[in-house]
Amino acid sequence: MRLDVDQIAFGYGGRLVGQDISFTLEENEVLVLFGPNGAGKTTLFKTLLGLVPLRAGTIRLDGRPIGAWSGRERASRIAYVPQAHAALFPFTVEDLVLMGRAPHVGLFATPGRRDREVAAATLERLGIGHLASRAYTEISGGERQIALIARALAQEPSILVMDEPTASLDYGHQMRVLDRVRELAGEGVSIVLSTHNPDHAFRVADRVALVFQSRIAALGPPEAVLTADALKQLYDIDVVIGTLAGSDARLCAPRNKT
Amino acid sequence: MTQRRISRRRSLGPSFLLAIAGLLALAVLSMTIGKFDAGLSDLFTEIRAWLGGAPADETVATVFWHIRLPRVLAGLLVGAALAAAGATYQGLFRNPLVSPDILGVSAGASFGAVVGIFLSLPVGVIQLLSFAGGLIAVLSAYAVAAAIRNRDPVLVLVLAGIAVGALVGAGISLIKILADPYDQLPAITYWLLGSLASVTSGDIISILPALVVGIIALFLLRWRMNVMTLGEEEAKALGIDTGRLRVVLVLAATLITAAAVSITGIIGWIGLVIPHVARLIVGPDFVRLLPVSMALGAAYLLVADMLARSIALIEVPLGILTATVGAPFFLFLLASGRKGWQ
Repeated sequence: MRLDVDQIAFGYGGRLVGQDISFTLEENEVLVLFGPNGAGKTTLFKTLLGLVPLRAGTIRLDGRPIGAWSGRERASRIAYVPQAHAALFPFTVEDLVLMGRAPHVGLFATPGRRDREVAAATLERLGIGHLASRAYTEISGGERQIALIARALAQEPSILVMDEPTASLDYGHQMRVLDRVRELAGEGVSIVLSTHNPDHAFRVADRVALVFQSRIAALGPPEAVLTADALKQLYDIDVVIGTLAGSDARLCAPRNKT
Repeated sequence: MTQRRISRRRSLGPSFLLAIAGLLALAVLSMTIGKFDAGLSDLFTEIRAWLGGAPADETVATVFWHIRLPRVLAGLLVGAALAAAGATYQGLFRNPLVSPDILGVSAGASFGAVVGIFLSLPVGVIQLLSFAGGLIAVLSAYAVAAAIRNRDPVLVLVLAGIAVGALVGAGISLIKILADPYDQLPAITYWLLGSLASVTSGDIISILPALVVGIIALFLLRWRMNVMTLGEEEAKALGIDTGRLRVVLVLAATLITAAAVSITGIIGWIGLVIPHVARLIVGPDFVRLLPVSMALGAAYLLVADMLARSIALIEVPLGILTATVGAPFFLFLLASGRKGWQ
């Protein structure tokens, strides 16, 4: 399933948070939005999900404008993974993941056998089956993030929108979440996510969009976009980019002061 | 996994029957308590006589069927209604301090009733004014909130409700000042503290449609309600039409609260605390939370009403009892370390 974003502008009230933004999310692709705080990444996500109205341009899902899809149709194709947050009610992880079935459950119905099976299978697929009956409020931040991914996958979407999925996670969980993202892309899900860590972008991205001053400043493979020059321009920090012995992963490190 | 799920769902059957049996026992017990000396054996005699066609004793029959039965039924219905509305509002507004009064329904209903008492209108008209007052207060809060855009709709709705409630509260205070202190003021005060004492079977029949419609709506949407507790944006991202669903849920909860309050006056505390107690017992899943809250609310109001008519020579207003009995029990639950909220 393709997502075409064409010349869109979006924002709240009288303020435009983003404009002239165009990109295409291809099937099985991981697109990373990279940019400073306040660049408009989260609002862009909310616009893709139909939570914030479009001001200009079009967003097309499989050729059809996003506004023409009903909320339910859209939610069974695009799923949102918010940042791991503190929940209010101690729902079990299983119940939380079941809520991902909302677009597939009738208005007056409760989840049926198939919904429970999908939820259980999703938990197993992400390796958190053992957390099923634990309260979401009592598991760790990393486990919550995985549970939220499970909820999104229970929607059986073709596109996952992930808002800083590695923020506030410890190193181990960061790496595991990134590995999951790569695996999911291999299983037919397209993913667009945001991160503040260039190393993470190198690790998962097929392409990186550099979001800067409400626009996409550059779009392309991570090696081409996330250069020392680009980071200097974005953050005014001198960096070097390279690899360590024994790893193929590209890493970014601050340059020695001279 | 699946096995555990199925067994858990099946186990709801027996506990459901147990709850019904418990409520029935409380209701029977409640039928035998009162100033008039008519106990359990009299009750069975009258039931047998009623089935036979003619009452065994006219006076005793009147006490049972026209005084106590409406009272017991009202206790069950109003307790269940207030608890259901409270559970709905707490989930919808994602706030543990929310009670059914949050959008001004109680204030509006009080204002309607107080105006009715002040103008010395007949009881039926006072009830109608109260019901209408509750609905109008919530609808105006909703209208104000809908007119304010670009803000969190839930927060705006709560704040609008509080503002409307405060305005209406000022009106109530004004009427209290103007009211006849020997005749009207006690009636107003009594109404504001709630009582089942004067409920008739006609009252119950008159509110039944509103209660049934509201509760059926909540039951139908019970699982969707879970998704609403995730908050506006996540629920929307899950494909829920949050705006429309919220209107329906608020209307349903308001309808049953206004109906309940219109015949009993303000009975505080039940809508606030019973949902918490239910959540401590069965967890936050609204599919189970709703019926359990209703059963607990019904039982709690029955017990409170039994105390109201038996612990003192005069009728003790329910609002006083629901708080004095409920608050310590709630604190006990809170201290016992079970978690209903994060």
